[in-house]
Amino acid sequence: MNRWTRRGFIAAGSLVGGGLALGVAGLVFAPNRLSRSPKSGDAAAQLNTWIKLAPDDTVTVIVPHCEMGQGAQTALAMMLAEELDADWSRVRVEEAPAEDIFANGYLVRAFAPMAADVPKFMERAVDFGSFRLMQWMEMQTTGGSSSVRGTGQFGMRMAGGAARAMLIEAAAIRWKVPTSECETKLSRVLHPSSNRSATFGELASEAAQMELPSHPQLKSRDRYSIVGRPIPRLDIPSKVDGTARYGIDVTLPGMLYATVAAAPVFGAKLGSVDPAPALALPGVKKVVKLENAVAVVADSYWRALKALRRLTPSFTDTGNGKRTSDALAADIVRSLESDQAKSVFVSGDAVARLGAAAKTIDAEYRVPFLAHATMEPMNATARVATDRCEVWTGVQDPLAARKVAALAAKLSREQVTIYNQQVGGGFGRRLPGAHDFVDQAVRIAKEMSPAPVKLLWSREEDIQHDYYRPAVIARFKGAIDSGGAPTVWISRFSGGRDGAALIPYAIENQDIRAAEYASHVRLGSWRSVAYSQHGFFTESFVDELAHAAGKDPYEYRRDLLKDLPRHRAVLEKAAWISGWGAKPATGRGRGIALVESFGSIVAQVAEVELIEGRIKVHNVWAAVDCGRVINPDTATAQIEGGIVFGLSAALFSEITIRDGRVAQSNFADYPMPKLADAPRITVEFIDSNAALGGLGEPGVPPIAPAVANAVFAATGKRLRSLPLKV
Amino acid sequence: MQVTLSINGEIRDAEVDADTPLLWVIRESFGLTGTKFGCGIAACGACTVHINGLATRSCAIPAASVQGQEITTIEGLATNEQRHAVQQAWIEHQVPQCGYCQSGMIMAVAALLANHPQPTDEEIDAGITNICRCGTYERVRRAIHSIVQAGASRNVEGA
Repeated sequence: MNRWTRRGFIAAGSLVGGGLALGVAGLVFAPNRLSRSPKSGDAAAQLNTWIKLAPDDTVTVIVPHCEMGQGAQTALAMMLAEELDADWSRVRVEEAPAEDIFANGYLVRAFAPMAADVPKFMERAVDFGSFRLMQWMEMQTTGGSSSVRGTGQFGMRMAGGAARAMLIEAAAIRWKVPTSECETKLSRVLHPSSNRSATFGELASEAAQMELPSHPQLKSRDRYSIVGRPIPRLDIPSKVDGTARYGIDVTLPGMLYATVAAAPVFGAKLGSVDPAPALALPGVKKVVKLENAVAVVADSYWRALKALRRLTPSFTDTGNGKRTSDALAADIVRSLESDQAKSVFVSGDAVARLGAAAKTIDAEYRVPFLAHATMEPMNATARVATDRCEVWTGVQDPLAARKVAALAAKLSREQVTIYNQQVGGGFGRRLPGAHDFVDQAVRIAKEMSPAPVKLLWSREEDIQHDYYRPAVIARFKGAIDSGGAPTVWISRFSGGRDGAALIPYAIENQDIRAAEYASHVRLGSWRSVAYSQHGFFTESFVDELAHAAGKDPYEYRRDLLKDLPRHRAVLEKAAWISGWGAKPATGRGRGIALVESFGSIVAQVAEVELIEGRIKVHNVWAAVDCGRVINPDTATAQIEGGIVFGLSAALFSEITIRDGRVAQSNFADYPMPKLADAPRITVEFIDSNAALGGLGEPGVPPIAPAVANAVFAATGKRLRSLPLKV
Repeated sequence: MQVTLSINGEIRDAEVDADTPLLWVIRESFGLTGTKFGCGIAACGACTVHINGLATRSCAIPAASVQGQEITTIEGLATNEQRHAVQQAWIEHQVPQCGYCQSGMIMAVAALLANHPQPTDEEIDAGITNICRCGTYERVRRAIHSIVQAGASRNVEGA
């Protein structure tokens, strides 16, 4: 059941994406769980492919994850090329089409020798925030910092190793020598004792006839020549000259342009709208009524936008039209104070011990709603015919987008094709469950059929119709003994029972509970999901305990991590590279924080100063244990970027609700860190050789508490809500 | 109305509304999609182009108002297929992540360096106010410094 099938394809196929008729042989791997049989020969067969090895020695790696700047496509190709012993200069990457065969689970199931080998982290629902394993298996998702540690580790390496074994076998047969005498290097099979060699391309069609090895041998780390090196990302050259194509750049013959205004109060439906003011303008083709939105279609985006702004649609009254952030916060407090909180983790007898403690500490922390504000506003281009729907867009899960498009078009999933484009920022906004722009684009295009329609949101629409990071309130009670050691940790927070609220510290009596809370504001996953809030809460409160104990916050944490050597080593490394022991310059303060998330442990030290009443973060030092590093340069970039992303929450951004709707609308009132605000960042990795951890998200959570703790060190002021304001 | 623009050394016409921002003429009329839409209020810089050598946010300036001026987009930054020094440094320092803001970032930096070949950190901070949501600023700064240093050493050699 876990064996593979293979299919050699020979003849004049056209390579996926290239449209080039090569008329040559190649090598194709496919798992046996084909959801449908190829319809028409070779071109279809190629859809189900992870490696294409062409006679000219080009190795094309088909990656079932989107590229949104995280470097996953390059890293995954590196992992495959390493096991294949490919010449990296001949390696190319293509993104897999939205087909079931490229769903996460197919890859994992197909390559893992037994289903039981599905890696542990994939079974832990907390790792994926709102996702669950089985959902994830059926998706083609780029999220949960899972590409390298899931697809790469359990898919790409196996595929590369298997291809290498088949190429060796083909060469051995050709030369009539034992396979054990053959080696591979730089896309060649070598037989050193007879001085013969052949390129992978020369052997490709013969290799395609070999049996697929069920347990291909993988390399030991000491033989790596690609993995572990700072290989330049394959997508970067196109991102410096304007040729990189994102969803927003898609242009089709006869294409119309649309823009949309959804109900400002979440949950409201469109009432009535008089289309006349829009239709009176030149170039306007149609005013389209959607269930909860109105759209204008015109012959240019600008004309569509101008016309949309002349409309005065009415929306239904949901009863939420007077809601404010303060009222929502009061509701959250009520839910925290009710008896409904459900246990996340309990040990010892926290409540009893609190009463008997030498010293107790109470604190309440708050974080607001946040928008993702990806630089590329939401967009999708759709073309709908009676039996077919095509969508060009950039999403973090094209399979999920296909489902959304099929529903909107009233077609079967098989009648829908998603052409996934490069993603101009994801951060969770383009995950499954947040594809409202795809739904809208298809419905609008259906009205305009057969003309294709590009739907583009304004930035205002993007800020006001996101799936927001939840606003959370968390209350803590802690106790320390006469020596300052913590004995009790009690927390109550609003939201789901998320493992992000667990603490790494050795505290005997813990009582961690979650109080479910929902409002009319729609929620989603925001880079690092619940860790972005709980990292702030936990690492601020442990800092408060250290202060109450009169201890150095680094030493205090270190003592509490004595049973977790990896965590402790990361903390020590962050302290070491930041020169923690030395006094910072006058007026400056340093704070430290450590958060484990998505399989990686990250500690950060921030150095801050108050300048004219504003918090200036001068330096951040980060130590990271993600097991081992596939590409040190892109890994570093992910931590650097995570820190700046986290700083947006720590110091800049806040979504508030007024009259039931989002009060902010653009970067003027939803500000972002800029170059002048960016700290100097130093990142170092610890090679623990532990299981691979993720990197897209783990850089985010520690920065807000590190900065808050640094502000406390510099000023004595303990700031307990984000964004931090002195 | 018809607007006539000089863009990347070419004279091109477009039939658009008089108030159409330059950005949409560049992207939709001329098909030069390297220049990006980010905010529409000149706040993020994703749409930065050069107008007579000055970095300008094209989303909030009518195309009709820049007729007769020299407009350069990211597609016109390289000369004779040779990448501009900023583009080259962007590759060397692996600056872009999602890359969406980088056309504008590169255009802003190219204009800054053309006018201030030896900028101080303060001038860099004041001059580059583009938003990068991926947070590539560390590398943006490093890449700018590398260009400045290379320029300084060239000047010394030339002297």
